[in-house]
Amino acid sequence: MSDGFFGGPGGGRDLRIKEKFFEFNWGLLLLLIAIASMGFAMLYSVADGNWDPWATRQIIRFCMGVVILFVVAFVDVRVWMSLAYPAYAVSLLLLVGVELIGFKGMGAQRWINLGFMQLQPSELMKITLILALARYFHALTSEQVSRIRFVIPPLIMIGVPMALVLKQPDLGTALLLAVVGISLFFLAGLAWRYFIVAGIAVMGAIPVIWSRLHDYQKQRVLTFMDPESDPLGAGYHILQSKIALGSGGLFGKGFMQGTQAHLNFLPEKHTDFIFTMLAEELGLVGAMTLMVLYLMVLLFGITVGLQTRNQFGRLVALGVVVNFFLYIFINIAMVMGLLPVVGVPLPLVSYGGTAMLTLMLGFGLLMCVYIHRNMEINRNPTSFW
Amino acid sequence: MFMEKDSVRLKTFSRRAALIGGVQFAAFSVLASRMYYLQVLKSDEYTMLAEDNRINVRLLAPLRGEIVDRFGKVLVSNRQNFRVLLVPEQSNDIEETLDRVGRLLKISDRQRRKILRDAKRSAKFLPLTVAENLSWEEFAEVNIHEPDLPGIQPDVGETRHYPYGEELAHIVGYVAPVSDRDLEDDKDPLLKLPGFRIGKLGLESRLDDELRGKAGASHVEVNAYGRVIRELSKDPGTAGAPITLTLDMDVQKYAIDRMAGESGAAVVMDIHTGEVVTIASTPAFDSNDFNVGLSQKKWDGLRNNIYKPLVNKAIAGQYPPGSTVKMMVALAAFESGLVNPRHRVNCTGKYTLGNHDFHCWKKRGHGPVDMHHAIMYSCDTYFYEIAKKIGIDRIEAMARRLGLGETHGFEVPGEKSGLVPSRDWKRARTGNSWQQGETLIAGIGQGYMLATPLQLAVMTSRIANGGFAVQPRIVRGVGETFIPPPEASDMGISKAGLELVKAGMNAVSNIPGGTAFRSRIKEKGMELAGKTGTAQVRRISKAERESGVLKNKELEWKQRDHALFVAFAPVDNPQYAISLIVEHGGSGSGVAAPIARDIMRRVLERDPAKRLTAAATAPKPAKRGG
Repeated sequence: MSDGFFGGPGGGRDLRIKEKFFEFNWGLLLLLIAIASMGFAMLYSVADGNWDPWATRQIIRFCMGVVILFVVAFVDVRVWMSLAYPAYAVSLLLLVGVELIGFKGMGAQRWINLGFMQLQPSELMKITLILALARYFHALTSEQVSRIRFVIPPLIMIGVPMALVLKQPDLGTALLLAVVGISLFFLAGLAWRYFIVAGIAVMGAIPVIWSRLHDYQKQRVLTFMDPESDPLGAGYHILQSKIALGSGGLFGKGFMQGTQAHLNFLPEKHTDFIFTMLAEELGLVGAMTLMVLYLMVLLFGITVGLQTRNQFGRLVALGVVVNFFLYIFINIAMVMGLLPVVGVPLPLVSYGGTAMLTLMLGFGLLMCVYIHRNMEINRNPTSFW
Repeated sequence: MFMEKDSVRLKTFSRRAALIGGVQFAAFSVLASRMYYLQVLKSDEYTMLAEDNRINVRLLAPLRGEIVDRFGKVLVSNRQNFRVLLVPEQSNDIEETLDRVGRLLKISDRQRRKILRDAKRSAKFLPLTVAENLSWEEFAEVNIHEPDLPGIQPDVGETRHYPYGEELAHIVGYVAPVSDRDLEDDKDPLLKLPGFRIGKLGLESRLDDELRGKAGASHVEVNAYGRVIRELSKDPGTAGAPITLTLDMDVQKYAIDRMAGESGAAVVMDIHTGEVVTIASTPAFDSNDFNVGLSQKKWDGLRNNIYKPLVNKAIAGQYPPGSTVKMMVALAAFESGLVNPRHRVNCTGKYTLGNHDFHCWKKRGHGPVDMHHAIMYSCDTYFYEIAKKIGIDRIEAMARRLGLGETHGFEVPGEKSGLVPSRDWKRARTGNSWQQGETLIAGIGQGYMLATPLQLAVMTSRIANGGFAVQPRIVRGVGETFIPPPEASDMGISKAGLELVKAGMNAVSNIPGGTAFRSRIKEKGMELAGKTGTAQVRRISKAERESGVLKNKELEWKQRDHALFVAFAPVDNPQYAISLIVEHGGSGSGVAAPIARDIMRRVLERDPAKRLTAAATAPKPAKRGG
């Protein structure tokens, strides 16, 4: 009975395209469009009222992203489950690839040139790691999860890409991978004692890690601690960002009227600091609007997880949610001077190709889980086909 | 069994997912409160910082006030300064551009190095001065070739212009670039403007605050690199106030011309108001040289010149006043009651005190002279006698009442106080007590006594106006405001005594035998009353006296006597007083009196009081009786 791919009689039947359309959550798509549109507006403003060079390309990428979302969402969730490990393996290979054929960009090796776009394997890894871990934990009973021999493999699955990303070196992404991985451990039901022990271990490891950080990473952390100490040097970006935010006030200086942004006091305003620009021009009201939209997406994701009747889907949904949340939180906290400048984009809003596509891939998976939420899947499916 | 397992997992998952959701919500709350803190609570502070970032205030130099004479003739003005600027970012190759400009203008190697150095240091869009004070021809040449000179900007600025460079140098002074010292003393941000100049000497310095005006400001929006994006607002500032002087430039110019070739000074002032009509000091320098920048050679030339062109001799030259103080000594004697003005002193050519002889300028003597004739002939013997009678204390007191030995708050800086000797002064200075012989030579304005031409003019004015404590002044108005002359108080000097000395001065000039009779004004109603002075600057030894005193022409310049003359005019209704000195010029009657006479005649011909009433440019100051 349990040899088949499907579990109980309640679910597990194939859905037809028409049914999938019916199940598709158009509200989520609208939310994503709303968020992305705020980004388009800001990119239009950054270019002083021009669609080029950023806004148009961002719109095209978003449209490609929507297509990806649909395709991914409409594929049977079990296909993704069966592709989880191969996809992870491919991402891992690509990560190794950047070591060999990647070129220097932004002071770190992160991109592979695929001809039509720059690929950041570390971005892809964020999604495939979720898939692989979800797939892994899906197969474990709640007792097995906390057994040490079942804890080791997922640790390796997280550790290897982390090490590769760290080597690039990209501290931000490495931490992101770690947090997503740990979250999935947590959601899968790993006993609390592991987290307590790990927490103590991390505390002990911090001095060791500190000594192995690159100078520019140390500098970022140090200036974060006391940005005013070096207002014209490394602390300049944080200070200018805070000035931009603060001077925006409740209602902002008006669309395309941000002096800090338009007079170039604000750095990287089309990528990492786009939230600052939005808050400067649209004020607290504009910034809160965006954050509420984000919150709604997160809430939707968590609800999907709670509704889903298979562990794989639940973990994928929450993995996507945690990943999305981390982007938002780190980016906004960074521009407000609550976290060091680590170079994490604001999801769906910052200009950037791979991030946009992988995010939409993630939302595609979330939607796919949502569409197939009633499907029950065996813990140890032998084959799907 | 399978289902149970999954429901356990779902339960754990749900609990923990809710926990994660809660953490996320809390995190968002933290972000939101931080946003509230920055954008609402701290908004004002950050708005100010953003404005600071964005807005740059660029100072605009106000136009410096002009200086005009009493009739409104422009004495100091501003002229266009044709200059050539270089904007480094607009030039592909600064050296190449400078080479090309160098074919049109002279650019010294030093200037070239300075430009190249500044170009490296300052922002690429800030203009640098390549050359200034160009002639129209040079400027036009650069303009024509501008298309071939990338980065070069012809520009017209304003700079100070002194049309009467040498005639007024000692009065108006000059402006020059700001020094580091100036920056310490004066916090006006204008001083930091490149090329800004402030008054360094004369009235330009004393009235700098009035002339300078208030800085204008252009508020410009700049980007993070300091490049100007646009002008937000512009306040042109307030131009400096124009200054009206009491001078009559026509007379001033005449006086300078008349004294050309001599080293000396002349002061003409209104005896009632103290308004200085002319104040000349020769030789002089050219104010324009200092504004543009003086070459070391020219500077050394000025500094080492024995005629001291850098010194304003009218206020800072201190000379033994000689016989010009005899009216003062006579007044002191008259007031003391110890001397009867009709009493005659027999002048034999010398006066003996103890075993020392004091000589009269007239070797054979004047015979018996009373006070009136003693002034008329300038008899030294008479004044030795009365000086001895009244003593140094009375002489000192009268000298001070008539304005000697002190400064007068004249607006042109650099006034010297001269010296009126006294017992206390001598004791403090030398430790010795006063000698009677010193009183005698003080009686003829020699010895320790020193006076400036300005003080002698004040003294003469105070005698001529009937004993009113008039003070000299040269600033008649600042901006639209006319500055009324301060009320001069009656010093209570005996009117009879004043009439007596004035009659003596009249005799000097207008009665044959008077020492300045040859230099009288013959025109009716313009006659002057004067007093000559020939101040000795060397000691005549006994041996020389016996073998015959050397003539001035036989002495080197530095050893010759100073020639002095003081006068007031017209005799019947005095209006003006003049004092004049020709340094080492010889005799007062032969050298100083003719020049002073010519200047005074010119003054009377132009009588500014009349002209001003006609022109009604300024209210004629009320005349006081006296």
